[in-house]
Order: sequence, then C-alpha cells, then structure tokens
Amino acid sequence: MRKWIPYIFILPTFVIISIFIYYPALNSFYLSFFKVSPFGNRKKFVWLDNYLELFSDDRFIRAFSFTIIFTIVTVVVSIFIAFFVALLLNQKVPGVRVFRTLIFAPYAVSTAVAGALWGFMLNPVVGHVNYMMKMLFGIQVNWITTIPYAAYAVIIAAIWKTLPFNIIFYIAGLQSIPDELVEAAKLDGANIWTRTWKLIFPLLSPITYYLVIMSIISAMFQSFAIIDVMTRGGPGDYTTNMIYRVYLDGFRFSNTGRASAESIILFLIMIVVTFVYFKFGRKNVHYQ
Amino acid sequence: MKKSTRKFINTVLIEIALIIFSIFMFAPIFLAFTMSIQPPEFVFAYPPKIFPQGINIENYSQALKIVPFLRMMWNSLIVAFFITIGKMITGILAGYAYANFKFKGDSLTFGLIFATLYIPAEILLIIPLFQIISKLEWVNTYQAMIIPFTASATNVFLFQQHFKTIPKDFEDAARIDGATPMQYLIKIVLPLSRPVIGGAAIINFTYAWNMYLWPMIVAMKDDMKTVQVAINMIMNAESSNNWGIIMAATMIALLPTLLLFFLLQDLFVKSLVGTGLKG
Repeated sequence: MRKWIPYIFILPTFVIISIFIYYPALNSFYLSFFKVSPFGNRKKFVWLDNYLELFSDDRFIRAFSFTIIFTIVTVVVSIFIAFFVALLLNQKVPGVRVFRTLIFAPYAVSTAVAGALWGFMLNPVVGHVNYMMKMLFGIQVNWITTIPYAAYAVIIAAIWKTLPFNIIFYIAGLQSIPDELVEAAKLDGANIWTRTWKLIFPLLSPITYYLVIMSIISAMFQSFAIIDVMTRGGPGDYTTNMIYRVYLDGFRFSNTGRASAESIILFLIMIVVTFVYFKFGRKNVHYQ
Repeated sequence: MKKSTRKFINTVLIEIALIIFSIFMFAPIFLAFTMSIQPPEFVFAYPPKIFPQGINIENYSQALKIVPFLRMMWNSLIVAFFITIGKMITGILAGYAYANFKFKGDSLTFGLIFATLYIPAEILLIIPLFQIISKLEWVNTYQAMIIPFTASATNVFLFQQHFKTIPKDFEDAARIDGATPMQYLIKIVLPLSRPVIGGAAIINFTYAWNMYLWPMIVAMKDDMKTVQVAINMIMNAESSNNWGIIMAATMIALLPTLLLFFLLQDLFVKSLVGTGLKG
C-alpha cells in the first residue's frame, strides 16, 4: 500500500498538466501541419506550408521583430533601473519604508490595469505626461496612435509593470551580501563604482539571471494585456507582437493552422531561451 | 569636505532620487484615483488636475451601469479563489511526495513537471486549449477558467523545497506512533508550513485575479466575464472617452489586490523572494 502513496499524491498534478499543458502543446504542434477550415470540421495536411507562409509574410516578420525589440528593450532597461533603485532603497535613509511601499505598489496591479493607467497618463487630452512635456519641451505627442510613439507607450507601461518584481529581488539579494565584504573592499581602497560593478553586481548574478528569464517571459507573454488595452496592436499592426498575432489569427481570423504554427515558433523561442539559461547562464553565475 | 557633510549630501541626493522615482511609480495609480472621483466639470480640465476638486461617485455608478461590474467582481473572485485552492492542494500533495518519498520514476516525473515551469499555458497555448474546452462544452463556464490552471510546477517545487527543510526525525516519530503519511502531512507538516502556505496563497491569488487573455477568450457572455476584461469593455463602450468613468472601472479592478498588498506587504515580499529564488 505504502508503495502507491507517492503516486497517488502526484496524480492530480499529472492529470492537470497532461491534459492542459502536454496534450495541447503536442496538439498545437500537430495542428501546425494542417490547414483547418474556420469551423474546425475539415482539415488538410499541408506539411510545412503554414511555416513557410509565415516567413514570407510581412505581418509575421513585423510581429517577430517587434517582439524581439520590445523584449530586449524592456528587459535591459527594467533590469538596469531595478538594480540601481534597489541600491538606493537598500541605504539607510529616512522614509525608506514609505518609498518601498510606493515603488512596490505596481506589483499588485494587473497588466490590463497597467495598460489602462498608462493609456490615461499618455492621453493627449487628459494625460499628465503630455501636459508635462508641453510645459518642459513645448511638444505634444499622440502616443497611442502614431509611429514610433505607440511602441514607446507600450514599452513604458511594460517596464513600469515589471520594475517592482525586479527591485524586490535585487533588494533581497543586496541584504544577503555580508557587510564585512563591502567594508573590506572599502578598506582596500575600492571606490563606489568599483565596489558596485566589480563586487556587488557579480555577487548578485544568480538573481540577475533569474530576473532576465522572468522578464523575458513577462515581455513576450504578459504584455498581451498591455498591448490589447493600450493600442490593440496598432497603429496598423505596428505594436502587434507574436502572441497578439496568435490571438488575431486564431480568434479573429479563425486561421487555426496558422496560429498554431505561430505558437510553435514562440514555443521554440522559449525552449531556446530556457536551454541557454540552464546551459550557459548557470555556468557563468557566481555563487557565494 | 568633512566626512559628516559628505554623508549629509549623499543622503539628500538619495532622497531626491527616491522621491522622483516613487512619483514615477505611484503617480499613475494616484492620478487615476483622482480622475475617478473628479466632478464632471474637471474631467477635461486643462491643465489636468493632480488632486480631486471634490468628491463625486457618479463615475463609479456610471461604470457599474455600463457593464455588470459586481457580477464580474464575483466571477473574478470565484475564479481566483478556486485556482488558488487547486494549485495549493495539488502543489502540497506532489511536493510532499517528492520531499518525503523515494519512488520509481520520481526524478523522471519531477523532470516532466519541472519542464513546464516557464510555460505560461494560459497565454501560449490558447489555441489548443480552446479546442479542448470547446470539445468539453465548457465555453462560458467557471470550470474553463479554473480547472486548466489548478496545478503548477512553481507550487510543486516551492512545497517540495520547503517540506525538505522539516527534520526527518519528526516523520520517524510520527511513524512510530502509527500515523499514516496523510495524518503526518495534515497534523505535522502543514501546521509547520503556515507562512509558506499563506505566502503561496496570496501570490497565486494575485496571479489568478490578474489573468486576462484566457478569461477574455472563454467567457463570451457578459455575465461570465472577469473584472480585468471589463476594463477593456468599458474603454470600448465609453466612446465619449469619459476618462472619469474609465478610471473608476480601473480603480474597482485594482483595489482588491492593491489593498491586499498594502495590508500584507512584508508577507508578499518575503514569499515572492522565497518562492522565486528557488525557481
């Protein structure tokens, strides 16, 4: 009897992930080789046609490159600012607890709400950002509806949303660095620049690697809500990223085969990212 | 320069940087709140107001009229609550199995679970998931929004890591006393894990409450939609662009998790780091 107990305990998890992750993932792979009629009642095996069509389609190429640019900018800027702000928040200055509460607050906000809030902030009529820009630089921008500002708008919202998570982790990391280590470096004559980049940043590299992968996931997938609420992928398809493309092709245009092929490509990107993360990332990480 | 003067200047600079950054992070939430209770004559005021020029709950009642908001709150609550319960139960059971038992296939099955760690199924797999849900005839139901997400690698991994820190002696003592593994789990392991369970619960709840794409796809009828989706509906319905109403709707959607966060900030931060770093 006792022999069976662990299997019974892992069974619920297995049933759920088999039916709702493994099976759909494999099914998606399978469907990506078919042309499926809009109501799903007929399908025809077309070998790699869906993929080949994608790579000769400008809309997909644009979605692909927007995803890459959006992800790289969001991740790099967010990680960099987070590290810097965490350094400040880790200082013993008056009011630091209040600052933390205010700065962490967007963590509790959903991506859809983040989109709505920044849609409001960047609105040309009622938004405060435009008013400030007019006051400071004398310019007015239609953020949501013009190229390239629409891209800046969704990137700002995405960075704002991911920052608290990244800052929280960096602060936790900073607190785990022993004071003596930093003091010793000070005595050795290392200035603040050297201490920060040659000592503290390398010590926090496990956290940075973790945050990079989490931020990539969030930029590639969670950003859907921000884009849908703020720009609907527009103007035109300028801010349409890959997951938005999957949604449009799958649910607006009922092109299941094509949408499946797109999600498989997204899937492959994720597998490559995870593989690189585990193979090379962890090796180069400095562990205490 | 004297050391104390330099220290003072440093502190002032840090304060200024933190104030500016705090404003950047919190201003959108605060200004949205201002807009949501702004009397109508100030909604389109130029320059835009930073503070409310009076208290007006008209925007909120308007927002509640445009979409069935209370019903959608209820939907969000049901969905988030049951996803949380489901993830915790499956995570605790599987985590317990991997932490306290050696069995044939344990590392293989653990690997299969672990491989799904970075797959956001509710976003990446919408196409095939929707086909399954249609076949089950679950479109427009709570179970479509709940059941697919009642297990996650993160929870299994979190509980496995935590249960491993409980001394083996406890288990041996319980066994000698004749306790079954289930009794040991419920009477000893779970009470010792209260902080981790609490932390995992609020993080799972926040995640589920904030889901957007999947509920938008499977809930087609208005009375099955969730609060997150309602924001988008109001933005579409409010063609007059009355931002007072749109921001009132946004405030309703963000208040539950924001309040939870303000009340339990330390627990949030601690469990986020505790769960994340090991992932």
